[in-house]
Amino acid sequence: MALTSRHLLGLEGMAKEDINLILDTTISFREVLERPIKKVPTLQGKTIVNLFFESSTRTRTSFELAERRLSADVVNFSSDASSVRKGETLKDTARNIEMMKIDMVVMRHSAAGSMDFLSRVIDANVINAGDGAHEHPTQALLDMYTIREKFGKIEGLNICIVGDIAHSRVALSNIYGLKTMGATVSVCGPKTLIPRHIMDLGVQVFYDVDEALASADVVNVLRIQLERQDRAFFPTLREYRQYFGISRERLDRTKRSIVIMHPGPINRDVELSADVADSEHSLILQQVLNGVAVRMAVLFLIGTRK
Amino acid sequence: MDILLRNCRVVSPAQKLDEVADLLIVAGTFEKIGTDLTAPEGCVIRDMLGAVAAPGFIDMHVHLREPGFEHKETIESGCHAAAAGGFTAVCCMPNTNPAIDDAGIAASIVEKSRNVLQGVVDVHPVAAATKGREGKELSPMMELAGAGAVAFTDDGAPIQSAEVMRRALEYASMIGKPIIQHAEDTAMTHGGAMNEGFVSTALGMQAMPPVAEDIIVARDIRLAEYLDAQYHVAHISTAGAAELVRSAKAKKLRVTCEVTPHHFTLTDEAVRSFDTNTKMNPPLRSRSDVEAMKAALADGTIDVIATDHAPHSYDEKQVEYIYAPFGIVGLETALGLAMTELVEKKIISLHQLIEKCSINPRKILHLAAIEIAEGKRANLTLFDPTREWVVDTQRFKSKSKNSPFHGMKLRGKAVGIINNSSSYFSES
Repeated sequence: MALTSRHLLGLEGMAKEDINLILDTTISFREVLERPIKKVPTLQGKTIVNLFFESSTRTRTSFELAERRLSADVVNFSSDASSVRKGETLKDTARNIEMMKIDMVVMRHSAAGSMDFLSRVIDANVINAGDGAHEHPTQALLDMYTIREKFGKIEGLNICIVGDIAHSRVALSNIYGLKTMGATVSVCGPKTLIPRHIMDLGVQVFYDVDEALASADVVNVLRIQLERQDRAFFPTLREYRQYFGISRERLDRTKRSIVIMHPGPINRDVELSADVADSEHSLILQQVLNGVAVRMAVLFLIGTRK
Repeated sequence: MDILLRNCRVVSPAQKLDEVADLLIVAGTFEKIGTDLTAPEGCVIRDMLGAVAAPGFIDMHVHLREPGFEHKETIESGCHAAAAGGFTAVCCMPNTNPAIDDAGIAASIVEKSRNVLQGVVDVHPVAAATKGREGKELSPMMELAGAGAVAFTDDGAPIQSAEVMRRALEYASMIGKPIIQHAEDTAMTHGGAMNEGFVSTALGMQAMPPVAEDIIVARDIRLAEYLDAQYHVAHISTAGAAELVRSAKAKKLRVTCEVTPHHFTLTDEAVRSFDTNTKMNPPLRSRSDVEAMKAALADGTIDVIATDHAPHSYDEKQVEYIYAPFGIVGLETALGLAMTELVEKKIISLHQLIEKCSINPRKILHLAAIEIAEGKRANLTLFDPTREWVVDTQRFKSKSKNSPFHGMKLRGKAVGIINNSSSYFSES
């Protein structure tokens, strides 16, 4: 069984069979992570370049661990200490690195569409670790794996994504993936942070968090970015916390059992209160563990696909 | 230059002329118009095989990039592209380096153009409305007009301040010239790379809302009314802006506008490919905006078709979408797109096409009307409305090939132009 595409650029248009293949493959790699020696020779002899133009600790570390546990050789490239500072274009950077005979590129970049661009200018297989506000497919895949692990299914569940939807690649990839898998998806946040046409993706829109939680099985909470305050997107963190923050009181009010997820890093006591983040409702740490396994599955499926 | 054009379909709507005739041009002037004409000694004879001979087309929105950006285009290559596209005149925009805010610069551009292809393409500069296009102080419009400037604009930027726009309209109206506005509220569009709509949501791309164009048009129309000034909207692209211009015309205000071929052909769906040749400002809009452009062309709300020909070098466009410069070339595909998307589809007639490409722009810019009549100077666009061809950007005369239309099949092609006692004919 193989994936339809030799790249992982995004979840928009990805077939249910492909998503299931990745999630099912994850199960085996999840098992590997429970062994005392967490290493398999699957990608031995393959060279993978992590091309990170945006700073990232968690995603980069997660990918690197996944790559090393598959026995691949890893090269890290971060834009701070590099030729990008000297004005080299993405195209030239990527092509130069490719000439050193590498097998796969995992890239994170601030420009939407940069992954599509990269896949057109180099021959190696490309994995999207986040392109601007467009897609972050491995995050959405690990979110879906975590949901499936908890509930035994994705279809028919009600997932609500709360926060800055307009600037979130995590939200968009989740919407694409969850809709394909048959979940009901809703978004909630201040009107200024929800794109005008989001409902055309088949998503319900709430501006009232309590209303959103009334029917949700899972709440995926996004980090609110402080820089958005400057461009008149929302007034203060205090107001955000009060009206959109997921707190213990808010969860108790629903009288329902709701699972909490967050892609991290958390702004404690802004979008998520400390006690909820650390509570039994939270699957946040499980997401981190599953993240490495999902990325191992993706690297394996893309790396062994010609 | 003496030339006899046989079997032309001579179409001049302003003269209510649409008939097959031979045109004998001696020393750049129509000597005889009739049938079965004989050519004098040494005269070149061309059988036009029924091709249309129309009053010369003018593209009133072209970026020639010289001075300052000669790697993208020069006056020479731009005039070649114009001639190949069937234009006998272009208006060049002032966002050069230095900007055309000085009479000497305007004069030198005109002078240079006279040496390209024996001056067959007239270049009429549109000078900066404000010094350096900074939007703060008025440029010396009177001196610039004296050097050949036909209008004033700060294009590719808007005149953002209402007060400065008021003063610019006031001053320009004193000398009988229009202000051309690139209508965009930059605070709203800051960081945007495409139209705000469903596609931008699906692509997670920072976007420019159509209302950012509408509010500037609404504001400026009010100012133009207040001052009884002449105002022209560059590259109109939204249904909202078209509606505002329609209302202004109903009130008999001196408000006009132009549309580019890409804005009546492509929608923002084209951006899904992330091809940077779909990136321009104003951006490709939604289906309803494109339909509104066509309806506005049909009912006369849109007066002019102008390309906003914006050359960029290959390397400049071979970057991530948000970093790519805005703009595509258009001189060599304008006629084909207008014929294929508008005339063939019966949205406008051939006569209306000629109005929008020749008669109306010349009126707006206060350039003398072109007459196809014995004794008049010959200024002609010759085109075959039925010629089918496939766009090959590598064959463009323009230095730059940044066009999204490569490989597109079009019907209608320029065959040649006649102007200033010179001629230019395309090879194939």
